[in-house]
Amino acid sequence: MLKHLKPAILLTLVLTVLTGLAYPVAITGLAGALFPHQAHGSLIERNGAVVGSELIGQNFTRPDYFHPRPSATTTTDPDDPAKTVPAPYNAASSGASNAAPSSRSFIDGVLALAGQLRAENPDAEVALPIDLATASASGLDPHISPQAAEFQVPRVAKARGMADADLRAMIAHATEGRTFGVLGEATVNVLKLNLALDEASGGARR
Amino acid sequence: MNAAGILQIVLYFAVLTAAAIPLGAYMARVYSFERTWLDPVLRPIERGIHRLCAIDPEAEQHWTAYALACLMFSLVGLLLMYALMRLQAMLPLNPAGQVAVAPDLAFNTAVSFTTNTNWQNYGGESTMAYLTQMAGMTVKNFTSAATGMAVLIALVRGFARRQSRTVGNFYVDVVRSTLYILLPLATVVALVLVAQGVPQNFDAYTDVVTLEGGRQIIAQGPAASQVAIKHIGTNGGGFFNANSAHPFENPTALSNLIEMTGQLLISAGLVFAFGRMIGDRRQGRALYIAMALMLATGIIVTYWAEGAGNPALSGIDLAATDQAPGGNMEGKEVRFGIASSAIFATTTTATSCGAVNAMHDSFTPLGGMVPLVNIMLGEVIFGGVGAGLHGMIVFVIVTVFIAGLMVGRTPEYLGKKMEAREVKLAVLCILIFPLSILGFGAVAVMLPAGLAGIAAPGPHGLTEVLYAYTSASGNNGSAFGGLSGNSWFYNTTLGAAMLIGRFLIIVPTLAIAGSLAAKKIVPPSSGTFPTHGSQFIGLLIAIICVIGGLTFFPVLALGPIVEHLLLGAGTLF
Repeated sequence: MLKHLKPAILLTLVLTVLTGLAYPVAITGLAGALFPHQAHGSLIERNGAVVGSELIGQNFTRPDYFHPRPSATTTTDPDDPAKTVPAPYNAASSGASNAAPSSRSFIDGVLALAGQLRAENPDAEVALPIDLATASASGLDPHISPQAAEFQVPRVAKARGMADADLRAMIAHATEGRTFGVLGEATVNVLKLNLALDEASGGARR
Repeated sequence: MNAAGILQIVLYFAVLTAAAIPLGAYMARVYSFERTWLDPVLRPIERGIHRLCAIDPEAEQHWTAYALACLMFSLVGLLLMYALMRLQAMLPLNPAGQVAVAPDLAFNTAVSFTTNTNWQNYGGESTMAYLTQMAGMTVKNFTSAATGMAVLIALVRGFARRQSRTVGNFYVDVVRSTLYILLPLATVVALVLVAQGVPQNFDAYTDVVTLEGGRQIIAQGPAASQVAIKHIGTNGGGFFNANSAHPFENPTALSNLIEMTGQLLISAGLVFAFGRMIGDRRQGRALYIAMALMLATGIIVTYWAEGAGNPALSGIDLAATDQAPGGNMEGKEVRFGIASSAIFATTTTATSCGAVNAMHDSFTPLGGMVPLVNIMLGEVIFGGVGAGLHGMIVFVIVTVFIAGLMVGRTPEYLGKKMEAREVKLAVLCILIFPLSILGFGAVAVMLPAGLAGIAAPGPHGLTEVLYAYTSASGNNGSAFGGLSGNSWFYNTTLGAAMLIGRFLIIVPTLAIAGSLAAKKIVPPSSGTFPTHGSQFIGLLIAIICVIGGLTFFPVLALGPIVEHLLLGAGTLF
């Protein structure tokens, strides 16, 4: 038995050093040298302060910002550590609703949210697209569809006192098509779009 | 369904096949101990490892010694990973201050990574220290993959050799798989993923004041090095809780294509390597076509079901256009939309990867049934690295046996006569799997501790439990995530299902390898059933589907099928 155990133990230790320490440390060194921005989380700074990551969605609820998709992320309940409470866009604990398609509470929730979105955007010129009414897989989706951005244009324009056409130009600028014209879907990065909005309106608004 | 979606599926198969053929040729050279272009760098390292670990590369093992080495190596790795998780609070590289992992969760996770399952009852960024992710998760991603590849190569040697007592040396095969195949591929993929936006650092989590003045803590870490091997090695355990749906783990449509290709690449390449190593490339091609046909069918059904969306939400715009993804977007990311999510879900369950870029629990009933059925068919549609092909060869043995019964001749495959011993062992491999799924599943739905974990009411709740034991027994690792699996009951029973699904299949497979290696090779005669033509491909697919269908149709009817029919009729739960 010992004869068989010895190479098993030794090889486990050697491979742990090779693939568990040398390999990730080497990749970290190379990544930091070649792609420092991405390696540290694609962070965005404004006026010297980090305001988020290009890749991580942020929660927006004010009418003068474009809103992201619903997020199902949670955090520990401060009153009872055994429970969780909703905390949209919690980037320290990603996750989805995992709601069943045949669940009544899920369907009722989406329909109620759709009603609320339509009420908040009474002048929308396109139909409400499904992505804006359903929670993403990560709870941190940084994107909405171009149609979901267009849906919100009249509301944001009114709140900002800006022309619809100016907002549409900004959305067009912020829209990324399918990769190579084929892969994935067209997207609008909500945080980048809202940063551009703030810039157009002359700095951050409070 | 639209043109861009169909084009993505075609492009996926083109990229996969174009990459798998040359990789297969390279891997055949690696396992035949021929010179490769990486030899000048890797050969000295390989020799050094042999010397350090007291491995005699010339000493070949009988199948029993090979199996024992495999079990010992897995056991030692399991114990080390368990210790790492239990002690992580006292060890360095833990900027987020993660505490010790609870014993039952640590057991489940250590078993999970040792068996190449990578079921996640934990959230990576909220549970695991950086050191655990590196020296635990990342290492097991390499070693469990290399173990699967070693077992396959032993079986292939069983076919290629004649009247041989031995099937190779387990440790030599593990070192070779790691050094020559897994490490170089993982290094390249990791760097490409960083370029796409996957973080790779030892920073503390970033504390941000958002545009609206809120606070957001952004998890960081050495993610790319882990994510790369998680796909290449068909492991699937995410660095972050949301796995490949997390924008840090899979930031773009291109990174998504790379991850989807990565998780099938070695399994697909090994099919071609198999053909080369047994000296008849048509045999590898036939198995590749059988696997690809089943994979394509699954992708199209999932894409169709998810693209149609949820009938209960038809009041909202579900149309897929250039302006919106449409379809069933609950639990999916906008950058992937429907087609990229459907391809990912089908490939990750066809192979035993189990990474997810969309939440299977929120798929439509039929869209979610495809991943489930993929695993139920035995993880042989490419399957896990090594494990998939040795599982497929087991089905081939049963297929030639049945074909032999029809014409009344002793069945043979690749010149080896399939006799009672091989067929019995093959049937054992096939039966253990549903026994584990249906046995544990039945216990779980009868016990309060099992029922307590179910999130969804109605037939979907049964599917959640069924999916969990299917995924664990198939060493897949994807989940219907609504199930609360982090309980004492699920941690232990799922852990047991993973061990059964891995080692109770590896041991009989190696027994087949040993038995085949000892046989003579008989030249093909006019009575030999050809195993490289369309007739064989059709029969093989039929046998796999019939065995899976007979075993699982009743329980599928009670789960996703009845849910689909009721949802279409407007019934909610």
